[in-house]
Amino acid sequence: MNSTERELLKLIEKNGRLETGTIAKLMGITEDETKQILDKLEKEKVILGYSAIIDWTKGTEEGAVTAMIDVKVTPKRGVGFDKVAERIYRFPEVKAVYLMSGVYDLSVSIEGKTMAEVGRFVSEKLSTIDSVISTTTHFILKKYKHDGLVFSDNDEDKRIVVSP
Amino acid sequence: MITEPTSKYLSNTVQSIQPSGIRRFFDLASSMENVISLGVGEPDFVTPWNVIEASYHSLEQGYTAYTANAGLFELRKEISRYMKRRFGVSYSAEEEIVVTVGASQAIDIALRAVINPGEEVIVVEPSFVSYAPTVTLAGGVPVPVNTYSEDDFKLQPEQIEAAITDKTKVLMLCSPNNPTGTVLSKGDLERIAEVVEKHDLLVISDEIYAELTYDEPYTSFPAVKNMRDRTILISGFSKAFAMTGWRLGFACGPKPILQAMLKIHQYTMMCAPTMAQHAALEALVNGQKDVVKMKESYRQRRSLVIHALEEMGLSCHVPGGAFYVFPSIEKTGLSSEEFAEQLLMKEQVAVVPGSVFGESGEGHVRCSYATSVQKLEEAMRRIDRFLQTL
Ligand SMILES: Cc1ncc(COP(=O)(O)O)c(C=O)c1O
Repeated sequence: MNSTERELLKLIEKNGRLETGTIAKLMGITEDETKQILDKLEKEKVILGYSAIIDWTKGTEEGAVTAMIDVKVTPKRGVGFDKVAERIYRFPEVKAVYLMSGVYDLSVSIEGKTMAEVGRFVSEKLSTIDSVISTTTHFILKKYKHDGLVFSDNDEDKRIVVSP
Repeated sequence: MITEPTSKYLSNTVQSIQPSGIRRFFDLASSMENVISLGVGEPDFVTPWNVIEASYHSLEQGYTAYTANAGLFELRKEISRYMKRRFGVSYSAEEEIVVTVGASQAIDIALRAVINPGEEVIVVEPSFVSYAPTVTLAGGVPVPVNTYSEDDFKLQPEQIEAAITDKTKVLMLCSPNNPTGTVLSKGDLERIAEVVEKHDLLVISDEIYAELTYDEPYTSFPAVKNMRDRTILISGFSKAFAMTGWRLGFACGPKPILQAMLKIHQYTMMCAPTMAQHAALEALVNGQKDVVKMKESYRQRRSLVIHALEEMGLSCHVPGGAFYVFPSIEKTGLSSEEFAEQLLMKEQVAVVPGSVFGESGEGHVRCSYATSVQKLEEAMRRIDRFLQTL
């Protein structure tokens, strides 16, 4: 990956809504070049999607409950953890699945409307998968920072309006 | 300005200097709501967290007392290493570096250490607002030398020669420049150095924006041949490390001058704030990555703003450093004060009239791009709309 591509990725990682015109001006390249680079990176699956980071606790109740679930599994011969992980990540309520080192194997993050909904997912869908040995569910009480963004209000400009 | 009866107590010197035009504009702009400010001469970043933590640690460990007058020795050693590493100039931490309360204080004590009453200091304009008044306060006479947009606001060596009299002692340089953003290249500096040597001048080189250059590698004036021993280098932490409120700067230079500056510093200031010195030490040791990140973001915004100004037909040289653009507003027929005031009233965008930076700043306004991309884009839309109404 070249430095122009990297610069562009850093820009849209911070703000996925930047218009191509703005990106082009910020980087001092043409809008056509910007589009070409974006196309290429999307095709190569370097850019997987564009999403917003939302503080759901502020508005609707949707996705207001997030849990991180530590999952221990027995790896199946030949397919290791990958098949189990796939069975888990196919569920739409699952937001993330990671293979971990340490005392458990998979870390699964899920979002639901209520604790009961998350509880149902764990007891009915996750723990019934036959290679799952055990699960430990941690509910997130409050989000302070997520994907590099701080969930708080006080980022207003503290500078005086005109200074030397 | 100040009325009787108390004005009779004021010194003639202080009465002879004008309040800063920046101040006047600040009063006007801060009386208004929802202003997008392009009027700020400071980073929009908060000081990097490790630097802030270093000041907590300093306090926690009970460093609440004075430091050595010249500053913490560890900090001076680190400044010495930094100057060597970044700019290739060597200064002794023991005798040739003084840590000051901002670059501002370094400029003040540098001038006071070298100026006799009536001696002249060449100030390259448009210039940072404090140079000429500080020269006057030190008993000197500021002699403005104008630079022009046709030359990208670069000082021409012949202009120095033309300004020299038998009272001339000091040349004040500032590269990258506030307000024009102009950076003097190695070649520019070498040509200036020839004149400096020929006329036996002392140079005060304010390099506080040295880390914020975007196009060419930076040349520090004392790194130019034969210039180290006739240069007082001024720098600080305000701009590169986003530490304006910490009030920490430094001066480096030949021992006799720095020791003289230290005398003034020790009797008037004692020392710079201790926790800020510990923070600055952390900034030098572990802060370079943050500097690079912030600089990258300024470079992008410079590009955004220059494009926008071009599109709306305000001509502007490409500033090589700092975070200011200095477009010409001459075609509007307004003075820079009128332009800035009307823009503020009609569209709530604050820019600084070029006239506050000296006569040759007239016809221009200073726009700082140390502001978020969203705000910059909105400000540019508003300026465009404002231009349509003229
Ligand atoms: C050219 C120049 N020198 C010095 C200063 C003052 O810096 P400090 O905050 O370190 O006093 C500024 C601040 O705007 C500046 O633009």
